[in-house]
Amino acid sequence: MATPLKTRISAPRSNDNVVNGIKYNRSNSKRNNFEMLAWLFMRVSGVILVVLIFGHLFVNLMMGEGVHRIDFGFVGGKWANPFWQVWDAVLLWLAMLHGTNGIRTIIMDYAEKDSTRFWLKLILFLAAAFVLLVGTLVIFTFSPCPTGSPAELLPSFCPAP
Amino acid sequence: MPGNSKGTLYRGREGMWSWVAHRITGIAIFFFLLVHVLDTAMVRVSPEAYNAIMSIYKNPVMGLGEAVLVAAIVYHAFNGIRIILIDFWKNGAKNQKGMLWGVLILWAVVMIPFLIRHLMNTFGG
Repeated sequence: MATPLKTRISAPRSNDNVVNGIKYNRSNSKRNNFEMLAWLFMRVSGVILVVLIFGHLFVNLMMGEGVHRIDFGFVGGKWANPFWQVWDAVLLWLAMLHGTNGIRTIIMDYAEKDSTRFWLKLILFLAAAFVLLVGTLVIFTFSPCPTGSPAELLPSFCPAP
Repeated sequence: MPGNSKGTLYRGREGMWSWVAHRITGIAIFFFLLVHVLDTAMVRVSPEAYNAIMSIYKNPVMGLGEAVLVAAIVYHAFNGIRIILIDFWKNGAKNQKGMLWGVLILWAVVMIPFLIRHLMNTFGG
């Protein structure tokens, strides 16, 4: 433990911006600002998500008989309206990106080995891409009146078979 | 610094525990979101498949789970607003402790009516 702390821990930089022998790393204009944008995205999406999720929970759990009201007919009735399609699609994308970036931050904080971080992030990104793809397709290719289904399971506006 | 992360307790008190709770609720909400998109995707399979999945959510035990989920979401939402105020409001950092009490009071104000209505929906038949 005789090694001084600063020789054991090097600054995690790919290059130093040196002017007259002094390091000006904070003002390196070539640094990409992905992490700053990710930080900003968490705050902007967070505010929007509060509105979208509180609205989602109010309509789906508080109105009518709450969770007992939710069935295929209920979802079909909502998604027949483009307002709820857009609401749910924006909710899906913002929540997935916000959550994925949050888990990415936690992986970077606690996974100490480079290979562990790599694999955890790869699994995370693949899972997020899959859920975003499935969710988006479901919202926009959904048919509220599928043929051959019993009429009592469908929204009331479906034509009689 | 691999290997020396055991036995650390960063400062403790309101600032740290609100941060720990933000992480735990965030992870829980994320994993629910993955499940929730996939259960909703059953509408694309058939009305019967979706209704079968939804009948699980109407079980009273799941009703309690939904109450815990909403409690986590409401905390994460209000504490997130507190984090934004700490970052962008000039007196935010100075008032972080007071704002945490504001978060907890608002949480209770939202949760009490929610729980009354939701538990009546869940257990009321």
